[in-house]
Amino acid sequence: MVELLRFRDDEPSESPAVTVDSFGDQSNAGAVRIEPGDDARELLPHLAHVRRVEINFPVFGDGRGYSAARILREAGFEGEIRAVGDVAVDQLAYMRRCGFDAFQPDKAMNDADVEVALSRWDDVYQKTTDGLTPIWALRHGNADV
Amino acid sequence: MYQYDKYDQQMVDTRVEEFRDQTRRRLSGELSEEKFRPLRLMNGLYLQLHAYMLRVAVPYGTLSGAQMKALGDIADKYDRGYGHFTTRQNIQYNWIKLEDAPEILADLAKVEMHAIQTSGNCIRNISSDHFAGAAADEIIDPRPYAELLRQWSSFHPEFSYLPRKFKIAVIASDTDRAAMRLHDIGIQMVRNDAGEIGCAFYVGGGMGRTPMVAPLINAFVPLDELITYSEACLRVYNRHGRRDNKYKARIKILVHEMGKDEYTRQVEEEFTHLKAQGIEPPLAELARIEPYFADPAFKTGIVDEIASDAPDFALWVGRNTVLHKAPGYVSAVISLKPVGGIPGDASADQIRLMGDLATEYSFDECRVMHTQNIVLPHVEKGRLKELYDTLAANGLAAPNLDTIEDIIACPGLDYCSLANARSIPVAQKISERFAGNGKTAALGELKLKISGCINACGHHHAGHIGILGVDKKGVENYQLLLGGSEAQDTSLGKITGPGFDEDGIVDAVEKATDVYLEKREDGERFLDTYRRIGMDPFKEAIYG
Repeated sequence: MVELLRFRDDEPSESPAVTVDSFGDQSNAGAVRIEPGDDARELLPHLAHVRRVEINFPVFGDGRGYSAARILREAGFEGEIRAVGDVAVDQLAYMRRCGFDAFQPDKAMNDADVEVALSRWDDVYQKTTDGLTPIWALRHGNADV
Repeated sequence: MYQYDKYDQQMVDTRVEEFRDQTRRRLSGELSEEKFRPLRLMNGLYLQLHAYMLRVAVPYGTLSGAQMKALGDIADKYDRGYGHFTTRQNIQYNWIKLEDAPEILADLAKVEMHAIQTSGNCIRNISSDHFAGAAADEIIDPRPYAELLRQWSSFHPEFSYLPRKFKIAVIASDTDRAAMRLHDIGIQMVRNDAGEIGCAFYVGGGMGRTPMVAPLINAFVPLDELITYSEACLRVYNRHGRRDNKYKARIKILVHEMGKDEYTRQVEEEFTHLKAQGIEPPLAELARIEPYFADPAFKTGIVDEIASDAPDFALWVGRNTVLHKAPGYVSAVISLKPVGGIPGDASADQIRLMGDLATEYSFDECRVMHTQNIVLPHVEKGRLKELYDTLAANGLAAPNLDTIEDIIACPGLDYCSLANARSIPVAQKISERFAGNGKTAALGELKLKISGCINACGHHHAGHIGILGVDKKGVENYQLLLGGSEAQDTSLGKITGPGFDEDGIVDAVEKATDVYLEKREDGERFLDTYRRIGMDPFKEAIYG
């Protein structure tokens, strides 16, 4: 069973995460936690110091965290983005596409299910920051988009 | 029409395998119903009052003959021999077993169809003008743009857990046949002063318990920014749409509470940001899609007259055929509203027959209308009589397009777990009443729409006459609304007053129509008379 699933080579930072509100006053904090109602863009001026952003999913159906992760990646953030909370194997593929590269779910996931979920889709219709070539680019012979 | 390439096919096939796996985990108990629910919903599978219901996507309402026939076969193989065409241009099957659902999706995938995102808090099937490609008044066929949006919205990683469901319609004429401004996003293809094609974006319309007409937020989005602009609209909604109350979670509430101007400002800001991300498919992709929607090989020099003196046929031609852009052709509407029937229902045999007729008479194409009828878009006038004879022999020739018998009705409490009252029996009684008293012809165009609860799947707000079923202390009660319209003159109906029981509502509808027949002036439809004279004369006749 997977407790922390990580797709990064660097050592995990386990320094405690501070809230977005308090982050502005503690710019030495290495980790910050985004709740669904927080504005990820408030972090953008400080991203250089941040090693880990946790994005919390109190309930899996609240999809604001997907936008938060993409906004951070679109701004060039290269640190860890970790999904925590009510995260299940069926959400992994979309979360990876939005820029999450670590997962710490409330309920551990089955390794075999994780493997299947992440290897299932060969292609994608949309361009995100995950580096996958969208189908429209494959169709027009441009694999570098 | 559009055909899948290897990529589209693989996406759909992969989804079938994914859902097969999810269903297996559910049936084994590994997956709880709570966790399975959003997964099955994103594959169109609802748990209704008596069984599972499967909703199959019909992108922009367009089907080939073979696809239509496959829908008939599914009705036989997995349902009770019929299907129900919906107000979202889709088809639903009401008696599905969970263990069969993956097989049905596999059968659909064989004819380039699916049930992806026909439910759930995600971007739903894209709807369009049912006369697209045939209408004399369109500036361009809207479906290539709908197809581009279909691909973009399918499996969208950021927008699959939105605050609420999200519906997009695309049209390309000033006459609105798709209730465009009653969608979360309504797009009208327009031409600017320079003669270029672009998209006018209307955002924040909808029906449900708080009906709203979408305001225009951008009058011209260039074609090579369509996807990026859509993404910006959705991102602002995903981040800021209300999630504290599901009844206030649709984008119409966000646009209303935030204000159109502030919403637009935020979209423009996000749009500027996203443009730098390079997420827009190249125009070459639109150029790839467009030829699939090119005109079929219309014959030239064919007869442009409809020759028959048979009165039944003449009546059907007058009511159920629509002007076509090509000389010698019409669009023919197959009404699924026989007197006393269930609006939108068709038997497996009828569905297969309509598929055959699409192949034989309409360049292998048919359309599902949001009014729950079927269109054969391109029929030669010279062959209409033989088409009509076949339809008449199979119970498909009801001559009642856009009349009071052409009722939109949701499935209601006969099937739906959300409903408060039945819709179908009311529709049946009204069509029987007016077919019996012979007033249908005199009433002319009269759009009557029935919903069995405030979620408004039967579009009651947008009916010239609308009926809303409610639960009043455990008894079904029906409220009457007048003055709605889903067309380019979009308006929302107003409630006349206290509600009625099932027979009382039929009487009230007849009284309202009698007021119209008495007060109308030359050329006025029911809606025009209502708008001119107002509610009072109707109230007086109904309650006085």
